[in-house]
Amino acid sequence: MNLPEMPEMPVDAWGWVVLVSLLIGGCFVFVGSFGLLRLNNTMARMHAPSKATTVGVGGVLIASIFYFYGVVDEPYRVFPAQDLLIVFFLFLTAPVSAHFMAKAYLHKHSPQESDLPQPHNGSGWATFKSRA
Amino acid sequence: MTSKPEHHEHGHGHGQTPRVERSLLRKWFPHPILSLVLIGQWLGLNNSLAPGHIVVAVLLAGFIPIYTANFWPNRPKLRAPITFLVFAVVFLWDIVVANLQVAYLVLFHSPAKLKSQWLCVPLDLCQPEAVAMLAGTVSLTPGTISSDLSADGRYLLVHCLHVDDPAAEVQKIKDRYERRLKAIFP
Repeated sequence: MNLPEMPEMPVDAWGWVVLVSLLIGGCFVFVGSFGLLRLNNTMARMHAPSKATTVGVGGVLIASIFYFYGVVDEPYRVFPAQDLLIVFFLFLTAPVSAHFMAKAYLHKHSPQESDLPQPHNGSGWATFKSRA
Repeated sequence: MTSKPEHHEHGHGHGQTPRVERSLLRKWFPHPILSLVLIGQWLGLNNSLAPGHIVVAVLLAGFIPIYTANFWPNRPKLRAPITFLVFAVVFLWDIVVANLQVAYLVLFHSPAKLKSQWLCVPLDLCQPEAVAMLAGTVSLTPGTISSDLSADGRYLLVHCLHVDDPAAEVQKIKDRYERRLKAIFP
């Protein structure tokens, strides 16, 4: 394989778009991690990383799409199908894992059940009614 | 909500097919939309339209829905593709706005003064796919996480990071997301 060198980042509109979206994504990943450290209980902490998975990763992916579709030339240029699939899989899996973490939290802190608002029709929450 | 007359055809436009034919079709193609999504995913993962990849994509799209049909027996009824696009735009916009709000709360708000709260959202949605989409939407919008479903599936338990008016928050979830999902999944 004898590929030409990757080009330098050009100082034009594309370069700025890549730069700004990388910065925005980086800021939100940082705020997400910082929130994980700063917030004081498990459920509040779960809110922080959801920023990293949405706008954080989104910014990095937008930068990647513009870089590999707009900035670089032929041997490196790719159609951004895989970047879009990352968003798709992330949006599919992040809520499921958050849901299971919340359910695990409810199991570990079951005395809290009395603090939870109960469904108005009295059927109870599925986590505490484990039967078919 | 929908003033259109209900007609229970799945929009394939084949007209009247004999009953045996239809159930056979149903058996070998349980989820046509899933098949299309699988073809798109396989070609996207390989990032190629080479004939070999297309053959594998079609094989996967044929077999995976058949093997997983037992876990997903009923086909969801889908309507209103335009509403789906509106829903997607509202959803992406809300993600950006909510990100800024939660970033503000994390950086400049004292964690001890956050009014975190559980909300109980009553659901009007009937199809399980629609409830799953609402729960996913609520979780992906920062500041709210869907945490549990009631045993009969009629209520969603949502945890809010910071909420001043719980009733207004519940109403917002119902107005912005559930109303549109109700139109997409009648």
